[in-house]
Order: sequence, then C-alpha cells, then structure tokens
Amino acid sequence: MHFGPHLLLAVLEGLVTSAVLALTALGLSLVFGVMRIVNVAHGEFFMLGAVLAWAISTAISGHPAIGFVAALVIAPLLVGLVAFLAEWLVLRRLNYNPESTIVATIGMLYIIQQLALTFYGPEARPVEPPFSYRILLPWFGYSGYKLSVVAASTVLLVITWLVLTRTKIGLIMRATQYDRETAQAFGIPVERVYAGVFAIGAMLAAIAAVLIVPISQAHYLMGQDPLLLSFIVVIIGGLGSLRGTVVAAVLIGLSDGIISMFFSPTLAKIIATLVVAMVLVFRPQGLFGTAPR
Amino acid sequence: MADKNGFFDLSKTTLSRRTALKGIAAGAGLALAPGFVRYSQAQSSAPIRIGFQSHRTGIGAAYGRWYEKTSAAAVKAINDAGGISGRKVELVIEDDGTDPARGAEVVNKFAKQHKTDIVFGTLFSHVVIGSAPAAGENKIPYFVVSEGHHVASTKLNRYVFQPGITDVKSQIQSMAPWIAANAGKKVTQIFPDFAFGYDHRDYLPPALKAQGADVIAQIAIPPTESSFTKYFPQIPAETEVIYHVMVGPAVLTFVKELGEFYGSQRPQLFGFMDSLEAVDINSPGLEFLDGSHFWEGSPRYAQPDDSAAQKAYRAAVGIDDNGAAVGDPKDISTASHMFGCWETLYVVKKAMEDAGYKGPEDRAKLVEATEALKEFAEGPEHPQGPKTFNGKIHQCFGIQNISKVEGGKLKVVHKTKIEDGLYEPEGDYTTQAL
Repeated sequence: MHFGPHLLLAVLEGLVTSAVLALTALGLSLVFGVMRIVNVAHGEFFMLGAVLAWAISTAISGHPAIGFVAALVIAPLLVGLVAFLAEWLVLRRLNYNPESTIVATIGMLYIIQQLALTFYGPEARPVEPPFSYRILLPWFGYSGYKLSVVAASTVLLVITWLVLTRTKIGLIMRATQYDRETAQAFGIPVERVYAGVFAIGAMLAAIAAVLIVPISQAHYLMGQDPLLLSFIVVIIGGLGSLRGTVVAAVLIGLSDGIISMFFSPTLAKIIATLVVAMVLVFRPQGLFGTAPR
Repeated sequence: MADKNGFFDLSKTTLSRRTALKGIAAGAGLALAPGFVRYSQAQSSAPIRIGFQSHRTGIGAAYGRWYEKTSAAAVKAINDAGGISGRKVELVIEDDGTDPARGAEVVNKFAKQHKTDIVFGTLFSHVVIGSAPAAGENKIPYFVVSEGHHVASTKLNRYVFQPGITDVKSQIQSMAPWIAANAGKKVTQIFPDFAFGYDHRDYLPPALKAQGADVIAQIAIPPTESSFTKYFPQIPAETEVIYHVMVGPAVLTFVKELGEFYGSQRPQLFGFMDSLEAVDINSPGLEFLDGSHFWEGSPRYAQPDDSAAQKAYRAAVGIDDNGAAVGDPKDISTASHMFGCWETLYVVKKAMEDAGYKGPEDRAKLVEATEALKEFAEGPEHPQGPKTFNGKIHQCFGIQNISKVEGGKLKVVHKTKIEDGLYEPEGDYTTQAL
C-alpha cells in the first residue's frame, strides 16, 4: 500500500481510538477534578457498559438498531446507578480520603470484574452494529460504523462541555471543584454533587463502551486498556481539565494509530509512556492543568 | 490515618495462652476428624486425584470452560465403566488465570497441598512453558493438551507429556502440501506474538518451501490486542493466501476487521480454527469467510461420515450438530481442541493401569509406562481418530482436518494421514534421569 492511503487508514484508526478515549478519560478527569478521587475502577464501569449493552441488545429482538439504541440509553443509566450506589456505600464512608479511596476503588475493580465473570462468563460476545455500511475507498474498505462513532463521540463531548459551562448544574460542579468548603458555605449540597459526578463519570465510560462494543466485543477483562490509556490522557492533559483531556486524547489516539501502523504497537505504547514521564517531570500539572493552589 | 481500632498495634495482638490452646485443640480436632485419615488406611480404594490446571479466567477462559466440560464428561465415562484400576477418578480444579507465573504456583499447589496424583489439562503454551519446571521439580507427571511444539521439542522435561493432541509443527507439516496445491503460493502469515505463534512463525516457512510456496510476510500481533485494522496494511498486495491463527477474546474482531478491510476482493484465506474457537461463524460481519478454509483438530460441525465413537463423544460432552452446547445454540464449543482432554484422560487411564499405579510413590513408573505407549486406536476412547505416540518426545501424532466454510457451516474437505505429520525427533526425554 502507498504512503497516502496508508496514512489515511492510520489517521482513521487513530480518530476512532481518540473518540472513545476522550469520552472515557473525560469521565475519569471529571471525577478527579471535582472529587479529587483517583477512580481505579473506572475501566470496570467501561466494561460494565459493554456487557450490559450486550445483554440489552440480545434481549430486544427486531432490527439491530433498536437494540443498540436501547442499549445506548439503558446501559449508561444502569452503570450510573451502580456508580451512585458505590459512591454512597463506599466512598462517602471513607470521607473521600485520597489514599483510602484508591484502595477502595481497586477493591471495586475486582468485585465488578469477578461479578461480570460469574454472571456474564469468560466469552467475548459480539453486539450487532446498528448499521453495517462499508465505505469503499479505492485502496481499502472501511467500516462506516467506525466513522459514526467518531461523530457520536464529538457530539457527546460538545454536550458535556455545554452542560459544564452553560448550565446551573455545571456551575455547581465547577464551584465544588474550585473550592469545596466555600461551595458548601454557599449552600451547595457537596455530597450530592459528588454522588452525581461519580455517576456521570461512570456513565461517560459506559457510553464510550456501548459505542465501541459493536467494533470489539464485550469481554470481562476489556476495562484494563481503557483505564491505562485514560490515566495517560488525563495526566498529559492535566487532571480536571476538559480541554486538556480532549486534546490529549486526540494526541494519544492519533499517535497510537500512526506509530503502530508505520512502526509497531509496542513503540506507540513506549512513546505514550515516555510522554507521560516527560510531562510529569517538566509540567506536573499537565498541559492544560492549573498548578495546585 | 489513625489506627482507631488498634489493628496495627502489636501490643494488643500478642497471643494469649487461651487463644493458643484453642488453636491447638482445633488443629487436633481436624486431624482426628474421620475425613482426614480415611485415605491413609485405604490407599487402594481411595480415588485417583487429577489436578486440573484450568484457564478459568484470563485470555484462555473460553477454552477453560469447555476443557472443564469435556474433562468432566470423560471422568464420568471412565468412572461409569469402573474407573482406573477399579478406583474412582476425581478432578481437583485450580484456576491459573492463563498466566505462566500462576501456572507454576498451581502446579506446586497440586503437588504439595492437594497431593494430586498428576497434573493435567493446560492449553496455553506460555502457561505450559512456565509450569513445566515446577512439574519437573516436584516430579509430578504433567499431561498437557496444548498443541504447541514445546513438549515435542524436548526442551521441557521428562515429566511433561502431550498424548492427546498433535503439535503445531506436525499440523503445519501435514497441511502445507494442501495449502500450496489448493490455496496459493505466496503466503502472508498473521500470528499471535507469543510461544504458540512462534511455532507457526518458525515451522510454516520451511514446510511451504518444501512444497514450492513462499511466506512473503510475517505479521506478529500481541495476544491482548483488541483492534487489528492497523496491521492489515502490512499485508503485501501480491499475497495469494492469508494464513491466520489468532487466539484470545478478540478473535471475532480480528476476522470482522479483515472482512471490512478486504470485502469480497480478498486473497484466499487459510485459518487455524483457533482464530474462531468459541465464536459462531454466522456472527454478523463474518459473511466474507464463506468459501475460506480452516484447520480443525476435531470438526466443530457433525459430518455425514462421523464414526459411532465421534457421535457418542459429542453426546457425552453435550454438543449438538453445530458444535454448540445442547440447549444453548449461542454457546459455541472449542471443538478443535477440547477432544484432547477426553483422549488424554484415557491415555492416563491406560498408562496407570499398565504401570500398576498405586499412588504418588509410583509416579516414576507412570512416566515410564506412558513412554512405553505406541499407538491409540480410533474408538470411544480416541474419537478424533487413530494416533501414534513417540515416547522419546512425549508427543502423539494424528490426522488433521481441513474444512471449508459453506452455507454457514464447516465441511471437512480433506483429512491428512498420520505419516504426513511425522518428523525427525529433536531429542530424547528418556535419557533424562527420573
């Protein structure tokens, strides 16, 4: 294959990775930004979204698009509910202590993973895409669904941004993020905001998973890679910065696509990790993060 | 963090005399309990315990589940027919997480804690390679159902056997003539980037060379990869055949993305069934596989010429004519590999009976008796087909199936002969001390 088409394919693949990564990492970044909690179980909410998408889409007969749309609505809600309960049952009891919550979310990671293994099983199961249109380029074919994932993710990112910057909920969240105690003094129910943010963070991961599951199947171990990449993205972009998260996701996604296509996937991972190290050394708050007050 | 409850305060956790006495009493009670001494009095009637190293979790989990089903069915059949030397057989299952380090721990656990008679059942080659030294150190016979060439390469040790499934080198050698004659001469290989894949990488090129065909590109993919399109541009345009063998949970994505990439303009495809084990070949997106060919160890779909033994085996394990679990057509088996568990357990039975095996003290005798085996006739104990066994390299040799995807089923179009897969032994385990 010639260089041009080769690069085009690399960019397309990179964009799909970026799109899903941006959504997943945004959830992680939001939870950290507002609650100051490192949610190690984030990848498992992603997995849970995919597994529920499979369950919902198989339970609904008829055109695959109906099952998929149902999954896109119901799965994130259920995952949000699980996250809400986890926040109420575990994180709140620990007073959101940074060290204890890391250990607690590691525990949640294993609990969710093993429950998925017990009730869903070890198989990778496919979800049928809502449509299967194959875009025929002169050099190769490409899945039309993959491109629609990029579009859907962009729309969702814009919506999240609008909610954060233009609505009262967003204002309350930003106020809590800026200064928890002052926010409380102004009558903001901080605990409820925390519960809500934790649920929304998990829901973003679940939405990303529902979008990706027609491309790569639902599997109980699928949460590990997104977790790692999300951390990389969030560290590079700056914890709690929406803009930084999106920019870093596109950067990591595209470089992963391009480097792994022209060189090797291992090199792509090495470079991503190296970038993280460099960012931590020279700009510990991340590219767009603000230095701690 | 404040240690409110004093968990970490050593002064509060000193052992009181009362606690110590309680502990001793409880320990003595356990030792005197009837279950504890039962077997030491009645060695000959106690069950034979087979430690089953199972991939319950990790990337091999789908295989692990079917390996357990098949082994349970074989144990039931053996027990219903009187067991081994009149003793019942019992499986003791431990999960190895499809992980080499945990695999070695599990073998140690079987040898030291469960004190099983043998260890059995491992599939993934990196786990076998990681566990084999532990089997050798504990001098416990280790019967794997792995397909890799590592046992036959004689690089492991005298306690490791693979009598129930053929190895990759032999499979490749017996199929290369068919590939070169029917599929094409310019072959691109796609394989997983670990031990099992390296067997394919190393043995396919010479086998094809001997048939006048060439491997023009080799693409290694990490076994945990979840997206594959990025590897496909490495496939040279002049490729006539794509030879693919993938493992792990993302196999369906691999085949689907290959279809999206090529559409109907694809080169010939020759795949190892590993690329689709436990996956329905009628899954959406796999239509382009129609007309392609697969290696199968034992056919997934019932064939018109199935022997009575094959039919009985399928019924016992509980798979229907489409190779899915009876009662759940979506639960696809790993038919190409799992028959090896059934056959291996019958080899263990034969070897134990030949050796007059009584208990762990006879493990060396069991090794020698297994090495003395020469052939296994096709029948209820060996439903996949007849096999020969080379005691020097601890490896069996058998027939292979090449199947074509036709109308959403796999139809066997060619069966190789045992002789096609024989090669010069690379060493001799029997020269190693026991």
